[in-house]
Amino acid sequence: MTDFRVPTSAVRVDDEATRYSRREFIKRVIASGAVASAATYVYGGLSGCSTKGSRAALAGGVERLVSLNVNGQVRRVDVLPQETLAMTLRYKLGLTGTKLGCDRAECGACTVMLDDITFNSCSVLTHSVRARKVVTVEGVGGPNGELHPVQQAFIDELSPQCGFCTPGQVVSAVALLMRNPKPTRDQCRAALAGNLCRCGAYDNYLNGVMRAAAGVSPT
Amino acid sequence: MTYKLLGKNFTPHDVLAKVMGTAKYAEDFRAEGMVFCRMLTSPMPHARVKHLDASEALKMPGVVGILTADEVTPAKGPSNPILTNEPQYVGQPVLAIAAVDETTAQDALEKIKIEWEPLPFVINPLDSLRPGGPDARLDGNVGSLGVKLQTIKWTKEDFDNAGPGQMPMGAAAEEWKYGDVEAGFAKSKVVYDDSFVTASNSHHSLEPRTCMAYWQNGKCFVHGSTQSHTFVVPGLAQLIGVKPDDIIYIAEFCGGGFGSKGAAYSSMAIPALFSKKLNKPVMMRVSRAEEYAIGCARNGFVGRVKLGFGEDGRLLAADMYILQEGGPNNGFWDFRNAADALSIVYTPESMRFRGIPVYGNTPTRSAQRGPGENQIACALEPLMDRAARDLKIDRLELRRLNAPKPDSKVGSDRRVVTSAYLEDALEKGGARFNWEERKARSGQRNGSKVTGVGIGQAYHPAGFSGFDGLVRLLPDGTFHIHTGVGNLGTFSHSGTARIAAEVLKCDWEICVVERGDSRKHLPWNIGQFGSNTSFTMARTNYVAAMDALQKMKEIAAKDLGGKPGDYDVDGKKVFAKASPGRSLTYAKVAQRAIDLGGKFTGKELPADINPMTRASATALAGTGLIGVAKDNLPVGGETAAFAAAFVEVEVDLETGQHRVVDVLNVGDCGTVIHPMGLETQLKGGTVQGFGLACFEHIIFDPQNGLPGVVGLYQAKPPTYLDVPSVMQTDWVDKADPTSPMGTKGIGEPPLGAAASALICAISDALGGHVFNRTPVSTDMILNVASKRPMSHTPLQIHTA
Repeated sequence: MTDFRVPTSAVRVDDEATRYSRREFIKRVIASGAVASAATYVYGGLSGCSTKGSRAALAGGVERLVSLNVNGQVRRVDVLPQETLAMTLRYKLGLTGTKLGCDRAECGACTVMLDDITFNSCSVLTHSVRARKVVTVEGVGGPNGELHPVQQAFIDELSPQCGFCTPGQVVSAVALLMRNPKPTRDQCRAALAGNLCRCGAYDNYLNGVMRAAAGVSPT
Repeated sequence: MTYKLLGKNFTPHDVLAKVMGTAKYAEDFRAEGMVFCRMLTSPMPHARVKHLDASEALKMPGVVGILTADEVTPAKGPSNPILTNEPQYVGQPVLAIAAVDETTAQDALEKIKIEWEPLPFVINPLDSLRPGGPDARLDGNVGSLGVKLQTIKWTKEDFDNAGPGQMPMGAAAEEWKYGDVEAGFAKSKVVYDDSFVTASNSHHSLEPRTCMAYWQNGKCFVHGSTQSHTFVVPGLAQLIGVKPDDIIYIAEFCGGGFGSKGAAYSSMAIPALFSKKLNKPVMMRVSRAEEYAIGCARNGFVGRVKLGFGEDGRLLAADMYILQEGGPNNGFWDFRNAADALSIVYTPESMRFRGIPVYGNTPTRSAQRGPGENQIACALEPLMDRAARDLKIDRLELRRLNAPKPDSKVGSDRRVVTSAYLEDALEKGGARFNWEERKARSGQRNGSKVTGVGIGQAYHPAGFSGFDGLVRLLPDGTFHIHTGVGNLGTFSHSGTARIAAEVLKCDWEICVVERGDSRKHLPWNIGQFGSNTSFTMARTNYVAAMDALQKMKEIAAKDLGGKPGDYDVDGKKVFAKASPGRSLTYAKVAQRAIDLGGKFTGKELPADINPMTRASATALAGTGLIGVAKDNLPVGGETAAFAAAFVEVEVDLETGQHRVVDVLNVGDCGTVIHPMGLETQLKGGTVQGFGLACFEHIIFDPQNGLPGVVGLYQAKPPTYLDVPSVMQTDWVDKADPTSPMGTKGIGEPPLGAAASALICAISDALGGHVFNRTPVSTDMILNVASKRPMSHTPLQIHTA
């Protein structure tokens, strides 16, 4: 049966103490700009300093120590059940290369690989990746800091402009070349289609991927 | 003129960090003890806080404080407030709560009890102009940046006098004219009177404007997201209530701004003010939904233009009225820019312009890439095509005929432009695009698809003057170029630095670009907006490097004899022209500068440099040979940049979708500094232009003033699949005579050129139908193709 419960903040319709009229309140609920953003960040609010006790009252709000496989290393980290992988990477593991452009899987700035497949890390729960290999933009290069051919190609083709979408583009391109070392330009375009670039550097990114593909030998 | 560095490609130093993911944006910074704040934003388009009770929120464990509107620097006049108790659009920040984590802060917001008094609101500015209509502000309904706050109402007659679909034209806030438009219309072969709407659209910076701040020893450290760097500091200082010297501003990378982060903006002050109150670092992360509210949008236009063309296609008279719909506070003067664009792109022989910027209870507007110029290109270019059709003149020829000539003037004050090579761009582009052959493809069918071709053009002023340069030759032989230029992704910080290197003939390998952090001691530069950087900071770097060059020659003359004029440089040493063996290496001359002190090493400074430059040069004094100067070079008129674009499109009459088959965007930006960098601006502008033309808008529910766009998929900016995978670019590469090395800016015109070219191409595919509206959506195309009425009324705005 579908759960139609609304967030607890909406339950006080006729509460005298709030001094809302019913009509004003309904308008407020409909003004989804306020309420929806509250719901969105229920799980998104974990940054940096964690706290003991303040969320103990919340059901399931207890951190647990887990081992994650990130960029070839085992990382032990405290993770909340509702914590997203992007949050964990950025705010607990110091891997700020993965960016948040929308936090709802629309822009691809948070693209990472899980077992070589690209995911929007903003929409993946960290607890669900405990058995998987996580690779971020910081992990696509070689062990001694060597650039991945995609990264070098992006430099040579001057692909990044503001650079905010670049980590996601890099990861998507690396994943593509792993599964298809000699893609056509159209295949590159389809593979990167989930990475939004507001600066409009699409042509240059495609040039970069094609350049990397020309140089990368199949694994 | 061949240069050592200008016109050559290079790898800007910041690209590596971008591809590695090590580039740090505001949200990537941490500070010890940092707390997190969330904003409580308005649920209503216009309201007043009648009663506020935050006691429950403040009692919650983990909540550390609240910041209210009474505690922040109040807005000056109708400028954008930092926090407000009288919000004027849905999503405007009212107060902020800080807590040990965001979840707690957000939970606390929900415990705050506010009693709101709803106030009248305006979504459609025409409603505000009606007699008795609502006003967006309690103190007036008309105004913008540069236009004083006032109340203007039109009369019932003004509205009655407009025919169906025509914009009424009541009293204007501004009016100007040149020539005699009535006489012009009288001798015109064809006269058009079109009303049009161009939609507002979000800037869509991919990086939301997160900000982090803390205080240390009386200095305020701010990690922000801005397009510019030193230009931000005075405005930020004013918002925070400190002296510019007390700000350490760090913004080495900015994930896009497109005009919305060109200077200091009010939300940037929240973490700093909160941090001062709490005595803790404060991080304010901004969500995408919040970015739609506080991240600004382009002004929309409702407009009406009367154009009269002679038999030969010459534009004899233009009479344009723009009603600018904006947010509830200052915003920008897009409507004035639209008039300027009309006056110079088409050089009408006579012109009248009227404008009225009307406030609305929708998000604050700010300049967006080509503010006014690019919207109006979308409205005017299709009308040029109609004239060409009706007069049986080739569309390229019509544009060339009306393009600016060397003595053409722009705007109400008839300013001379220092150079205008739009005609060259049209000619070069037309040849490369094979216009003569492609135009025969108009209307060609391929199943359900039909081909169209189109041309677009746009303009923007392209430079300022009067800012400072600061360079430093070090005893280790390196040449440091200190620049106040921000990093919005154009690489102009390095491109313009190469002008300084060019003056000293340095190899680029010995050059270091110092930028992005106040602690690097940077000069006062103007911001990165308005297509100006490649002109303005070419000049500042030029004068600073010339100052260094002069000092190098003086030191050589001192040490080796003769006069400074006897010496020259070759990139490694300063040498006597008559006997090159008499020389000092750059490293040596830098050391000598330190030894000699005084002006050579920044201990005496020119009187006319900005206090910020003075402080920076003083901090660097004694570390090498300092070149520092204010750009006092002559200004010959308005520097102007242009672009012309050509598009071939296939429109599917069954789905309304379009596919760009080919696009060429040609820039006129004077001497090209960085060819690959220029390409990125031409291509990037093309993508954004396509977005403006066909995909982007903002939507508001007219009954409750609620936004209908809070997500990217609703808006929507173009993805890889919306634009062609290959785009062509070219440039005129003709020097501007008043620029030291001929350079001009270029960021904005390519967007308007591409947008208008696409609209013209789609119109062409549909037999010349003029939409008089952006975005040209699939719905609109289908209605034209199937001869059904549009699903909106002609002057309706903020619709799907």
